[in-house]
Amino acid sequence: MDLRLTPSEEQFRDELRAWLQQNVPPPWRGGVAAEEENQGYIQYLRDWQRQVYEGGWAGISWPKEYGGRGASLIEQAIYQEEMARAQAPPLLNLIGLSIIGPTIISHGTEEQKKRYLVKILSGEEIWCQGFSEPNAGSDVAALETRAVRDGDYFLVNGQKIWTSYAHIADWSFLLVRTDPNVPKHKGLTALLVDMKSPGITVRPLKQMTGEAGFNEIFFSNVRVPVANVFGQINEGWRMAIAILMNERANVGTGIYIAIKRELDALIARARQTLRLSCPASQDPVVRQKLAQAYMELEIFRLNTNRALSRMSKEGHPGPEGSILKLCYSEQQQRMQQTAMEALGAYAQLRDFDAGRWGYGYLRSRGATIAAGTSEILRNILAERVLGLPKSY
Amino acid sequence: MDLNLTPEEQQFRDELRSWLQANVPPPWRGKTGEEESGEYLEYLRTWQRKVYEAGWAGISWPKEYGGRGARLIEQAIFQEEWARAEAPPLINVLGLQLIGPTIIAAGTEEQKKRFLPKILSAEEIWCQGFSEPNAGSDVASLQTKAVRDGDYFIINGQKIWTSLAQVADWILLLVRTDPDAPKHKGITALLVDMHSPGITVRPLRQMTGEAGFNEVFFSNVRVPVSHVLGEINKGWQTAITTLMNERANLGAGNYILFKRNLDALIARSREITRFSRKASEDPLIRQKLAQAYLELEIFRLNNMRALSRMNKDSVPGPEGSILKIYWSEMNQRMQQTAMETLGPYGQLTDLDGGRWVYSYLRSRANTIEAGTSEILRNIVAERVLGLPKSY
Amino acid sequence: MDFDLSKAQKLLQESARTFLMRECPAERVRELMETETAYDEQLWRAMAEQGWTGLIIPEEYGGLGLGLVELAVVAEEMGRACLPSPFISTVWATALIDSAGSEGQKAQYLEKISAGEMKATVALLESTADWNVQAVQLSAQREGKEYRLSGRKEFVTDAQIADLIICVARSGSELVLLPIQRDAQGMTITATPGIDATRKLYAVDFDGVRVPVAEALQLHPQTEEAFEQATRVATATLCAEMLGGMQWTLETTVEYAKTRQQFGRPIGTYQAVQHQCADMLLMTESARSAVYYAAWTVSEETKEARQAVSIAKAYCSDAAREVGNRGIQLHGGIGFTWEHNLHLYYKRAKGSEIMFGDANYHREQLARLVVDESEG
Repeated sequence: MDLRLTPSEEQFRDELRAWLQQNVPPPWRGGVAAEEENQGYIQYLRDWQRQVYEGGWAGISWPKEYGGRGASLIEQAIYQEEMARAQAPPLLNLIGLSIIGPTIISHGTEEQKKRYLVKILSGEEIWCQGFSEPNAGSDVAALETRAVRDGDYFLVNGQKIWTSYAHIADWSFLLVRTDPNVPKHKGLTALLVDMKSPGITVRPLKQMTGEAGFNEIFFSNVRVPVANVFGQINEGWRMAIAILMNERANVGTGIYIAIKRELDALIARARQTLRLSCPASQDPVVRQKLAQAYMELEIFRLNTNRALSRMSKEGHPGPEGSILKLCYSEQQQRMQQTAMEALGAYAQLRDFDAGRWGYGYLRSRGATIAAGTSEILRNILAERVLGLPKSY
Repeated sequence: MDLNLTPEEQQFRDELRSWLQANVPPPWRGKTGEEESGEYLEYLRTWQRKVYEAGWAGISWPKEYGGRGARLIEQAIFQEEWARAEAPPLINVLGLQLIGPTIIAAGTEEQKKRFLPKILSAEEIWCQGFSEPNAGSDVASLQTKAVRDGDYFIINGQKIWTSLAQVADWILLLVRTDPDAPKHKGITALLVDMHSPGITVRPLRQMTGEAGFNEVFFSNVRVPVSHVLGEINKGWQTAITTLMNERANLGAGNYILFKRNLDALIARSREITRFSRKASEDPLIRQKLAQAYLELEIFRLNNMRALSRMNKDSVPGPEGSILKIYWSEMNQRMQQTAMETLGPYGQLTDLDGGRWVYSYLRSRANTIEAGTSEILRNIVAERVLGLPKSY
Repeated sequence: MDFDLSKAQKLLQESARTFLMRECPAERVRELMETETAYDEQLWRAMAEQGWTGLIIPEEYGGLGLGLVELAVVAEEMGRACLPSPFISTVWATALIDSAGSEGQKAQYLEKISAGEMKATVALLESTADWNVQAVQLSAQREGKEYRLSGRKEFVTDAQIADLIICVARSGSELVLLPIQRDAQGMTITATPGIDATRKLYAVDFDGVRVPVAEALQLHPQTEEAFEQATRVATATLCAEMLGGMQWTLETTVEYAKTRQQFGRPIGTYQAVQHQCADMLLMTESARSAVYYAAWTVSEETKEARQAVSIAKAYCSDAAREVGNRGIQLHGGIGFTWEHNLHLYYKRAKGSEIMFGDANYHREQLARLVVDESEG
């Protein structure tokens, strides 16, 4: 074990730090609460991502030939920390960058890699992921959206739900049923679907926060070329597992960047906000909770780094990798509750800090549901890591 | 809803209060680790006899069997007054809280006359023989066998985790009388004299270091058929009555203990120094003590509501499981608070006769005994909320 | 950067595990905890032969000159075995001598410690039960070439068998670290039995104990900082030991959940059980990240060391207890018996939670570093 950076890692860090110092844009001043539906904010993030890409700082561990930097997972970890340190804005094409891109790299054809990866990095094409359906939540394999072969095309009919970014996405990584007569895991196919295809309707779903963060997508006779099959026909479940693993291991998503920014802002706020006649940051009880939030986030960072170290040697994350999603989603919820307590009566005001605390508080409730509920993740840990018998 | 006491209830309370004032003995000064000490048991026995003779045992039990014939509300008042007076607990707790009520519900007239008064006077201490090594949460899979031999049953098998077995005179025993029937349908409940030939009690040492519970072995033990409680092969119903009483009542009795414990902790926090100041002046500790206080108060109110309900419906329902989950987990949090309050002193086994270390460790069993929290949550989900069966 | 044990470190881990399984199985732990001092001279010698007592001692003083990561690897295995020994106490004293002692003092003490000929401990806490070194009040009256020590220390681990007790005292406003041999005149050691019988606690009374001024560990004016550095070393080591206990509890519980049958199948089939096992894993692995990070930062003396140690101790204090809670719960009745080994680990976890300050204390230390403006 050696946590020192190697000379080349150090050089990477210094270059990145210098670049960030020059290029991080002034913070977004509009409301962040509405971020998922705010066009101005989305444009701001798109511009930022293009800038990152052009500076050569997108896709740190992706191969060079597809626009990445060809660096190691360790550099990917350094990247996260530096981005957080510089208070850089988050990256918009999160699903493309953290989930779909890595899956295309590991399982896609050469052609697919060439076609899609660069535009994911540049933010030119935003991606979303179409797995969940009204009757296929934790039990994803029960999905019913049908794709019927018609010559060189599949005709897709059905509905997806809880699809983040669908309203701005150019492409969707879609899971459909191509063979209804075999056991549920065996009749699925993964398709890369152009969201501008005729027959696709996106309907925003209003979240409890009041914003439309996710969507329903309806498919009515949507034609998808067979060339857009990802992996093999009827082997979609394997692709889905690859996607879910990337999603949960959450390596390189920038989730740390987002949470760290939130925590830094909270601590700064706590120093200024009076509650019970003294700054929140001086209240012994609030201090305990802020320290706890800091500690939990730091442990998430360390768990991530351990997983990356393991992955860079063994190609897959160890047990610490499987707990990352549980770790950050629950940390976030506790941290947002701490924010509510620390900021006292102010926290509830919609106009206080552009409503970010109320929004963050409510939004965090989704964290333990999206990308695998905490319950499903605990089952997976129990069965796959600890070797307990299957429970369902 | 009316939380004021009626004039009769008020009179009951005043009478009890003045009796307690005159009669509560000086507190036990010996070491904690209570279940083991013979002297301590004698102290408690003497106390319960006194309570019984003055007419304060079995508040809600029928008068003809030695009870007071009052209602459950008076029972609740009794608990609070008891705590308030810092009176010692009653030793025959299983007899009073679980077995007595089960005999009242399922026993014959003869059984009631024979057993109930002696439960109240503590002349006969009771224990409960349900769990076996392979029948823990899954009680109905028990294997202790009873074979009919004329007017007797011959019993062979083993029970485990039996509290008070080392001093008990009687045991409420669940045995399998029909091994060929589905597991819930071949069980019978028996009232068994612990002094019968063929019974061996072996103490099990707890993690606290004391022998609080026991294994009980049965080797050709003869039990008269007249000691069947309820009907042959319908013991599961009898067991359910006991378990419901256990979950609903045990905690109510425990209120006295919890309250005494918290009062002592708060008093201690004013004296003990950690991190260079009095624990009671530390804002974090204040939060935790206040939390413990409010949780205990809610427990008291939960009990009052449950009793009000039972007063009308007479039998405790599966809601008792909620009470059990609540008090067991509450006590564990309270004991952790005690440890944090006392700081480094909390770990010393000589501090206050070892009560803090003992209570801390003992509390870990609370979420296991009388139904694990996991099983009780299943019961609440299925029987109270109507969710489908999970196992 | 490589956040995984190296080959050599894994080898050390394996050999420590094998050694402790052989030399200190649970039956031996139980025997030792029933003795007055929970100390086994032969075992200590054998540990010294493994090089453990001199693991972090520079080679010039007969040690192995390894870092804290290696120390953590070994301490984790000790926790896994619930080893009763004055190891943590001695590590604390060793680090203190190393950071505050003169060359002569290092030669005098560290060589003996390396060789397994000297066990040592540190006397810090007083009746104020305060882990802040600033709170130390015990008086060391300067009289010519001697200090005269008077007062009482509490919660001193392994004092009865320590050959050397380093007493943290105050001479005027100045902090002094005074090494005292066990046969010193005027020192009385009284056992104060605690919940964890595998690590004994004592009160130590000083009644005019004389210590030559020249023997004090001197490092003016940074005595306080030297003390804190040494305490960080000991705290990180303790956290590693706590981690080992968590790992044992996790593995033992998962094994039980796979084999214990109720309602006709293993209890590990039930989600209520599975989810608690998953939580135990989450806590154990998170503790592992925190522990090894703390060990590394302290070893390298990076600027993150202070917060890393407070994070590790705060997290482990809560997590070790909670893993124990779940372990007992999932075992049911058998987990609450004296016969099962769970309680040995559970009680050790409680003692360790308190040692060097509990989670509340370390969260406050962390808040001073990351919440207060001056440091932020």
